[in-house]
Amino acid sequence: MTVHNIRVGQSKRGDASDGTLAEAIGGRLSRVDGPAKITGAAKYAVEQQLEGLVHAVLVESTIASGKVRVIDAAAAEAAPGVLQVLTPDTIISLKTAADWFGTPPPDKPYCPLARDITFSGQHVAAVVAETFEQAVAAAALVKVSYDETPSIVDLSDGKAGDGIPIDAMTKEWGDASTAFASAPVRICAAYNTPREYQAPMEPHGLVARWEGDHLTVWEPSQWLDGMARTYAEWFGIPFGNVRLVSPYIGGGFGSKALALSHGAVAACAARMLRRPVKLVMTRPQTFTGYGGRAATRQTVTIGADRDGVIQSIVHRGVNETSMDGMWVEPLGSVTSIMYATPNFSSKQNVVRVNSVVPGAMRAPGENPSAFGIESAIDELAYEVGIDPLEIRLRNYAEQDPHAKKAWSTRQLREAFAAGAERFGWARRSPEPRSMRDGNQLIGWGVAAGTYPVRRAYGEAVVRILADGSVEVESSSIDMGQGTYTILAQTAAETVGVPADNVVVKLGDSRFPRAGVTGGSRLAGVMTGAVYKAATSALDQLVGLAISDPRSPFHALQANTLVVANGRIASPRGDGPDVSIAELLNSVGRDHIEAKGDTMPANSTAEDRYKNYTTIAMSVPHTEGDYSRHSWCAHFIEVRVDEDFGTVRVSRVVSALDSGRLYNPKLAESQWKGGIIMGIGQALLEEGIVDRRHGRIVNDNLADYLVPTNADIPDIEVISVGIPDLHASVLGGKGVGELAIVGIAPAIANAVFHATGKRIRDLPITLEKLI
Amino acid sequence: MRDFSYLRAGSIDTARQAAALPGAMLLAGGTTLIDLAKCGVAQPDTLVDITHLKGLDRIEIGEHGATIGALAKMSHVADHADIKSRLPAISEALWQAASAQIRNMATIGGNLMQRTRCPYFRDPANFSACNKRQPGSGCSAIGGVTRGHAVLGTSDACIAMYPGDLATALVAFDAAMHLGERKLLVDDFFLLPGSTPDKEHAIEPGEMITAIEIPGSAAARRSTYLKIRDRQSYEFAAASAAVGLELEADGRTIRDLRVALGGVATKPWRARAVEDALKGKVLEPEAVRAASQLSVEGAVDHGANHYKIELAPRVVARAILKLGETA
Repeated sequence: MTVHNIRVGQSKRGDASDGTLAEAIGGRLSRVDGPAKITGAAKYAVEQQLEGLVHAVLVESTIASGKVRVIDAAAAEAAPGVLQVLTPDTIISLKTAADWFGTPPPDKPYCPLARDITFSGQHVAAVVAETFEQAVAAAALVKVSYDETPSIVDLSDGKAGDGIPIDAMTKEWGDASTAFASAPVRICAAYNTPREYQAPMEPHGLVARWEGDHLTVWEPSQWLDGMARTYAEWFGIPFGNVRLVSPYIGGGFGSKALALSHGAVAACAARMLRRPVKLVMTRPQTFTGYGGRAATRQTVTIGADRDGVIQSIVHRGVNETSMDGMWVEPLGSVTSIMYATPNFSSKQNVVRVNSVVPGAMRAPGENPSAFGIESAIDELAYEVGIDPLEIRLRNYAEQDPHAKKAWSTRQLREAFAAGAERFGWARRSPEPRSMRDGNQLIGWGVAAGTYPVRRAYGEAVVRILADGSVEVESSSIDMGQGTYTILAQTAAETVGVPADNVVVKLGDSRFPRAGVTGGSRLAGVMTGAVYKAATSALDQLVGLAISDPRSPFHALQANTLVVANGRIASPRGDGPDVSIAELLNSVGRDHIEAKGDTMPANSTAEDRYKNYTTIAMSVPHTEGDYSRHSWCAHFIEVRVDEDFGTVRVSRVVSALDSGRLYNPKLAESQWKGGIIMGIGQALLEEGIVDRRHGRIVNDNLADYLVPTNADIPDIEVISVGIPDLHASVLGGKGVGELAIVGIAPAIANAVFHATGKRIRDLPITLEKLI
Repeated sequence: MRDFSYLRAGSIDTARQAAALPGAMLLAGGTTLIDLAKCGVAQPDTLVDITHLKGLDRIEIGEHGATIGALAKMSHVADHADIKSRLPAISEALWQAASAQIRNMATIGGNLMQRTRCPYFRDPANFSACNKRQPGSGCSAIGGVTRGHAVLGTSDACIAMYPGDLATALVAFDAAMHLGERKLLVDDFFLLPGSTPDKEHAIEPGEMITAIEIPGSAAARRSTYLKIRDRQSYEFAAASAAVGLELEADGRTIRDLRVALGGVATKPWRARAVEDALKGKVLEPEAVRAASQLSVEGAVDHGANHYKIELAPRVVARAILKLGETA
């Protein structure tokens, strides 16, 4: 049973060009998990080789709406190696689990295989066989017949209707419609974003094994405790009987936070067969087995005076959801806070279509919301003849216009200034189509982005071991964003040891708990928890050194001692100087252990369980006196070949405010990743549905296009953040989701500047420009 | 489980004989075949592995032209110094195709056997109708998602686009393939779908591509392959043009012109009407643009692929004009 241990010394040190020691908090330590990944030593969840392991393959619906009439499994059951064919009739019954808010579920059975079909690609059966190849071949022999009914394909389907109003999304102040009607300058436009998919390199999958009433699941996970709770509730066993192990995650982008139906199928199969079962989705199944980003439609109207000062914003949004699930993509999230406006109205509906329930994908809500408002304000800038950067400054929100609270920190003005300076914005020729290089029209666009500081609580154990090394344990995870690395830095600096001497263990639900790794919250939560645990461990160490009669410091009668670089000494340097290992040896201790958490002091065990296994206890970003957000400004150059309609991004300069950076190298990497994903969203990504079948046809990575290296220019990112202690214990704000927000509108705005064509439907493909 | 037998051919003749048996397929780089087997389209009973046959990966090039063995890797041909200098369109078509990893594996012969990317063809589980897969079953693409489908050479039975780049360049320069006993023009090797879209190539059982022969010419020396696509790399053409140009001694009059289109037709599409319209004419932008419109004569769109009819002539014109600028 492998739990991954990361020792910092295995990796090459980052440089310390900013003057900070690489391994301290704020230093540019390279990813400590990097060498294991690039050498192949890193063992991912589904690479577990277990005795007696068998393989499950899913059978999916080929219609989008209707009922399964009959499943003929005879041929599959007779195929070589087949152990069982699971259908709604043969699979064991589960209980319905609570949703991620912890809402008590209806008391009815849950079946992860469907009889009632609400989307194409729904799991209807599964074949388990001794080998993967046998299971694949037999799955093709399962014959499913259906009674098909008409489907609602997408938001543009005539049968889709206006949808369900989501009152909780309504945000209003002033009198927006009256103010709009009387505004001297009015713009109104509709902005659409298509279905987009997380497309992680590592597909979803798991290995499930039962030992009596205990279930172990090796599965890539952004949330071990939440997924363990779901498995426990499905099977009606105690939470503590489920162990989730997820040492590495090959990309999640929001898609790996929940236990999904394929996981239930594999765990059922393992229970029924009393054998460990492995189930890995095919690439096409990753487009239908769980949800990507919902398609959205927004209408943004802005009323302004002739100087471009906004008087009113009226915003209406719609996103799609599934027939039987609810997903709300909060489209008014950026609209309601980016600019100062005395009058505002935002409302949102969701529309049911025959699709898998959409899910979280990098900056859900803020991402499409920014495409609307950041395109619209650009349109306003041209309407009133004001520079697109200037109009943003003219409408700068000095406080949160919705919550009417002060920003905890908002370095957006600084971001605009730093980005514009570096990009050379002042040299921009204002007229569209006025910059050209041979066949290529050149366009410069700007857009802002933001993401709220989502906060929760976490716990960690820090151990100081007999050899002087330090061990950190947490059930949080590292999906590439750098948790292993920054927690090593935090423990190293707090205890006072070299980062080489820190081992970080993550990705096992038996470790001290953590909530979801989503909403860009983990670094703030876990550095806080590790800081507290490490401080407590250090206090114990120093306490022992001072008070234990066997300690060499005992005679010194000191009030405190200093621990640095793995050695203990008195602050004045007038006493002994011994290593941590020597001290522990002299006082006869083999380790010191401290658990730290960031929960409120009077929290009950129930509070803790709820905090770590649901999102019900997330702290609102507007709690107390402040409104807390990360901010960014993107400056982008595109080159458009007008004959061909092709858009290439040739330059990106982004200035970002994520508060204090625990490791600038890793933060920059995440920002760049978000920017690259945003380029894909702007120019390439779109799930294309066959309207007759209600099925996505580009369900693979050759046809669903994400950017290649050739599509990405050099990207320059500039940190303009300052520590924000209202946001987190150590002063950081969210990093992971921020940078994608605003990229698509910045590109669309640049395309308008280049061509004079305003593209309001993503992606901006060539046929929209020729 | 679907078993198949694997045979490692000892010679070209045994390979040809083995591959002539029903259900047998040749295996070279495997980049297409294994992909198609995974999505349930290719279901061979026997794989005849020819990768280790000697002498089939040679690249010979001289004044007369080039002969490229069927097992030469795409990346080797693309990087070959003499191919780059004497047949630049061939090198450019190759390095702009697929990904570096695929080009390192895929062979020239296999590349010519590449099949369509039509999503309906490639997904038998969800779309049972495909005349190419199952003659007479219908065409799921017509009336469906057609953004990537052909506008030229289509029929009521099939609108699947031929996705390759190399063959487009080969067709422009009258290349031929060696099929054992006979030689066949590449242009004649690819068949229009008509009422039999399942029959894609004019190759008979017992025949195997052993080499490609590309005649040398002034137009081939001054040639280019211009590929326009949504994504900058690892992506099929939205429209592409292989063009070769020879000017008279005056440096302005077109003596010879070769034009073939990719990404728009059911097979590599030679645009002789463009060639004929411009041969003997002075190379100037307006005439080139007007003549390039002839490249899509007879084109029929299916809605979402209409842009290809606009795009293709512009790609042709740009490629010709670009060659005209190079001395």
